[in-house]
Amino acid sequence: MDAKDLHHGHSEHHSGAVITDHVHYQDTEGVIRFEADHGHHDSDRNKKNFIHTYIFSTDHKMIGKQFLITGIIWAIIGGGLSNIFRMQLGFPDVPLHFIGNIFGDKWAPGGKMTPDFYNMLITMHGTILVFFVLTAGLSGTFANLLIPLQIGARDMASPVLNMLSYWFFFLAGAVMFTSFFMPSGAAGVSWVFYPPLSAIREAAVGSETGADLWLVSMALFIVSSLLGGLNYITTILNLRTKGMSMSKLPLTIWALLITAILGLLSFPVLLGAAILLIFDRSMGTSFYLDKIYMSGIGAMPHEGGNPILYQHLFWFLGHPEVYIVILPAFGIVSEVLAVNSRKPIFGYRAMILSMLAIAALAFFVWAHHMFVTGLNPFVGSVFVFLTLLIAIPSAIKVFNWITTIWKANIRYTPAMMFSVGFVSLFISGGLTGIFLGNSSIDIQLHDTYFIVAHFHIVMGVAAFFGMFAGVYHWFPKMYGRFMNRTIGFIHFWVTFVGSYCIFWPMHYQGMAGVPRRYYSHGAFESFNKFGALSEFITIAAIVVFLAQLLFVFNFLYSMYRGKKVTELNPWKSNTIEWTTPIHPGHGNWDGPLPEVHRGPYDYGKDGEDFIPQTVPMRPGETTHHG
Amino acid sequence: MIAAMAMTEENKKQAGAQRFGLYLGLATIAMLFTALTSAYIVRMGAGNWLFVKMPLQFWISTATIISSSVTFYYAKAAHRSGDVSKYRMLVWLTFVLGIAFISFQYMGWLAIAKTGIYIDGNPGGSFIYVISMVHVVHVMLGLVLLSIVAIRTSINSYNPDHIHKIGLMATYWHFVDFLWIYLFIFFQIKFF
Repeated sequence: MDAKDLHHGHSEHHSGAVITDHVHYQDTEGVIRFEADHGHHDSDRNKKNFIHTYIFSTDHKMIGKQFLITGIIWAIIGGGLSNIFRMQLGFPDVPLHFIGNIFGDKWAPGGKMTPDFYNMLITMHGTILVFFVLTAGLSGTFANLLIPLQIGARDMASPVLNMLSYWFFFLAGAVMFTSFFMPSGAAGVSWVFYPPLSAIREAAVGSETGADLWLVSMALFIVSSLLGGLNYITTILNLRTKGMSMSKLPLTIWALLITAILGLLSFPVLLGAAILLIFDRSMGTSFYLDKIYMSGIGAMPHEGGNPILYQHLFWFLGHPEVYIVILPAFGIVSEVLAVNSRKPIFGYRAMILSMLAIAALAFFVWAHHMFVTGLNPFVGSVFVFLTLLIAIPSAIKVFNWITTIWKANIRYTPAMMFSVGFVSLFISGGLTGIFLGNSSIDIQLHDTYFIVAHFHIVMGVAAFFGMFAGVYHWFPKMYGRFMNRTIGFIHFWVTFVGSYCIFWPMHYQGMAGVPRRYYSHGAFESFNKFGALSEFITIAAIVVFLAQLLFVFNFLYSMYRGKKVTELNPWKSNTIEWTTPIHPGHGNWDGPLPEVHRGPYDYGKDGEDFIPQTVPMRPGETTHHG
Repeated sequence: MIAAMAMTEENKKQAGAQRFGLYLGLATIAMLFTALTSAYIVRMGAGNWLFVKMPLQFWISTATIISSSVTFYYAKAAHRSGDVSKYRMLVWLTFVLGIAFISFQYMGWLAIAKTGIYIDGNPGGSFIYVISMVHVVHVMLGLVLLSIVAIRTSINSYNPDHIHKIGLMATYWHFVDFLWIYLFIFFQIKFF
């Protein structure tokens, strides 16, 4: 009786697990029971049926792809919505009959969209892109794909919870999608969902059923994020392979770890805020509502609540959320820059410490979103100070990225281009962050296009660039093929130049006081002079959107027709995901798990181009990371 | 077969990871209640606050959930010493006490309502209802998990995996117990 048979006997007798030929993968609690030295995972996996392999998969790599493809679909929807409302801002008189065809005639009588529809578009654009694309699509994809592969684990700590994480995300998306087709439309009270607009059903068209579904969807999404984050942290801290100490982890993993910790501490607070909001909406409580008189209805029964309380709770999540969005991009970019510069990342420890500093500060700066709420000026000045402190670790990161590529023998790949583009965007958007962090300037610029320009550049486009860099770089690991380089470069240049064309002019509009979230600026003489600029922005937005369709084409085409990967380590990278087979099975490594002996950034060391992490240290060799 | 019973190195690693994951899960629950209770304090500081006196039913429910932790503690000990029939009795007693806790909470809400404080009145009352309801949801989740664990582990043989599962369950159960004790004391503090 060999060890495997004993294992079968154990499962059968005591935990009632279903006995199949792959019982050693997991029992009913999702506990993986791999046997390190069995080399036939692959053949077992291939016998599984379609549903187990592609739909309800517990393989972290497949779940990562599910997150990515769902994220791409949401990005097309969310980006498409922005193009529709940009049409209203740039070309208010051009009739858009397709709106009526898709969403119903009442939203666009005669092809002209209504203000309610506009509100719905901006709300859903923000919600979809912040949560579904840049949270789930970015950290969901790369945490799932990279954590087990780069730390040397066979799968996540709990593959079943991992699968549930995706399916809660999917459900959240399904509910959100359905809300578009409700008679009162989707939520239209902006993605920040401030009461009283969001708390009173009768307040606006966008506060009706759509807002209920938005809350349900967000609750599901929070569950998904928490399940995912819990798994990522547990896996990174407990299932690293032999030799993979925390100081040998690639920066991608550090970034994903810190992201998950932020999510775990901040999403429950959003859940708390949402619970109170649901009670206000449905049970008549007054957590966020004070005496309100509504025309046509009269005095509302609420009394004694405070809408600012919601803002505190929301931004306690909301600010860490922007780092949840950007940190995975930090990690991906650090890795891609080092690999393609053939140089160690400059200041490995400084990179980790700066991410930790950013994460810690993230919890003490939320009120900088609330300078105009009547905040006590002293409290405001404390938040200004703490906010400006973030410039220090951010500057350290930027300095280190630039120093990494300084005098490097750069290998130009689309992933590398997007990483360099990321650094550019992070600088541009970060600098305006210093403006906005000062309450005295923020009070002027609050709720103008300056804010829109700032956060789109620094967390919207920049995080997208991190995501693109990751997809181009790890596509060979995902599908065993390369993405097309030429299309990749076209995609990069159009997106890079186009994004600046969209958001740079918005700074000027914002400084002139053009308010955001307005359906039309036509009624204001002082804003009318920006009509031509708005047209330009709209055209740039459409061009950039079309360039993303090029990316989607490249993605799908390369999946089936791309150049095949012929060597294990096409990028000549040090990290251990490239020691797996070209098409890794469930369990990742056919033989025993690799053993790690050195840090991930030994590029150009002692005259050698690269030394993978699995290569033992030579006698007398010293580690070098700063 | 003895060899199969002992936990392998890989399983031990998994068990450790699960326990760690549970702690993280508890941290998220703690954050949720931190958010709710800090909202409570902030709102109380704004004035116009209705202070709710804890009804007798909540005192009884507190005693009930504490005793359920005690029974589960002894259930775990009984399982460890191999006394499965005693374990079975105690674990189901814990389950019944859990149900009793929820019932007393429900009666407590009715008692508060009887004094004229409804969920849709002054936030001072609404907070008590909402926070204790969110807590009860976590107790309900605990009861579902407890029944699964109880059914799975009431088998008359030694199994390290069962000890591990009961240990995890105990941690969760004691956590929601302490959470209620915290909330119960918290509700009786006048911060301002």
